[in-house]
Amino acid sequence: MSRTLALAHRLSGIALAIFLPAHFWVLSRALELDAFLAWSEQPAVKAAEWGLVTLLALHLAGGVRVLMLEFLPWREWAKGLAALAAGFAVAAGLAFALAL
Amino acid sequence: MSATLQVRVWRGGARGAYREYEVPRRESQTVLDVVTHIQRAIDPTLAYRYACRVGMCGSCAMTVNGAPRWTCRTHVDKVARDGRLAIAPLRNLPVIRDLVADMREFFDKWARAQGQFKGARTRADDFERISPDSEARRRADAAIECIGCGVCYAACDVVAANPGYLGPAALNRAWTLVNDARDTAQGARLRAVAGDRASLACHTHMSCTERCPKALSPTAGIAGLKRAISRAALQGKL
Amino acid sequence: MSRRTETLLWMAQRASAAVLALCVLVHLATIIYAVQGGLTGAEILARTRGNTAWFAFYAVFVLAVAVHAPIGLRVVLAEWFGWRGRARDFALIAFAVVLAGMGFQAVRGVYA
Repeated sequence: MSRTLALAHRLSGIALAIFLPAHFWVLSRALELDAFLAWSEQPAVKAAEWGLVTLLALHLAGGVRVLMLEFLPWREWAKGLAALAAGFAVAAGLAFALAL
Repeated sequence: MSATLQVRVWRGGARGAYREYEVPRRESQTVLDVVTHIQRAIDPTLAYRYACRVGMCGSCAMTVNGAPRWTCRTHVDKVARDGRLAIAPLRNLPVIRDLVADMREFFDKWARAQGQFKGARTRADDFERISPDSEARRRADAAIECIGCGVCYAACDVVAANPGYLGPAALNRAWTLVNDARDTAQGARLRAVAGDRASLACHTHMSCTERCPKALSPTAGIAGLKRAISRAALQGKL
Repeated sequence: MSRRTETLLWMAQRASAAVLALCVLVHLATIIYAVQGGLTGAEILARTRGNTAWFAFYAVFVLAVAVHAPIGLRVVLAEWFGWRGRARDFALIAFAVVLAGMGFQAVRGVYA
């Protein structure tokens, strides 16, 4: 479980690193925000947005898990962290999907 | 329970192939029993390692159905799904032949992590008093039982991806010494385990902790090293 | 690169991660809240225009990202692409500058 989460953590990090410059670029063109938002109404874009939110939540959860393992004293309860992280990401993705 | 096992065994060196053997299935059979049967009754050219065969020495560690294990402590019933087994040498180490891995790099890294005790007292001095209940000694004791079997090293993804990485066993041993109040080489040791080739490269996949046959947690020790190194870096001692 | 520098990079990665954990939680909550019932540019800008609190928040966010992402990629480049050494590090510094620059452009874009 930890290995899978670690892989997802890494892949989501790479995806976010690629996505962020584009995200910054769009926001810097604030005057054209409405035009962009109209474009983003397309279902494919909505799906991509959902993917990004989920990736963000996944990366956050995986990262918090690493921080906990590295800085907090732990023993047995460490085992459940990977599952907890995955659960958080799913919950965040769901919340976003429902809000759309 | 089927009457026989279909066993694929790695034959050759770095280049080689799996060869298939049919082995009679017995009750309470271990994977080491299977390998031994092949070598004694079917193919005497098979090379493999074992010593105590009772789970004390760690010599019989091999890859069984993809996971590193002590073969003497692995019951066939537990791993042979539908009567099939695949046995290979430990991952992340050069293969000498068949099921025998070259452990030199494993122990070289142990040495590079300053995994040896360095004391200041001689036989003329009095004993140093260490309380077994002290925090540091408890931490050392939790990690001290390592017998250097290489299972954690074989399980580690970072070792696979980063050839210079010292690995969980070497770092775990360093951790026990960092917590040893009698040791005088702490500065050199922290420097040895800092950096991209050492504890900082651990990604907490926890494969080592998951697979350690002695239920040790190198992940916890490496996390402790990370904290010790950070403190040293902040204090300008690195 | 000295062991000390590698250690400090690792620490910067963890420190920025802690900052980002907070920023991302706030950001995620904001997104999920804001997206309900549709989203318009006017709504976003109404929240951010002239708002120093949001400006400060996003400025810190951008800075933390500019530290965190390149250091993270450093390991990926080494382990998955075998790229180690000075050239890689210079490329990542450049990436950090680009991220910070574009990030601040974005923050200014929605604040000014």
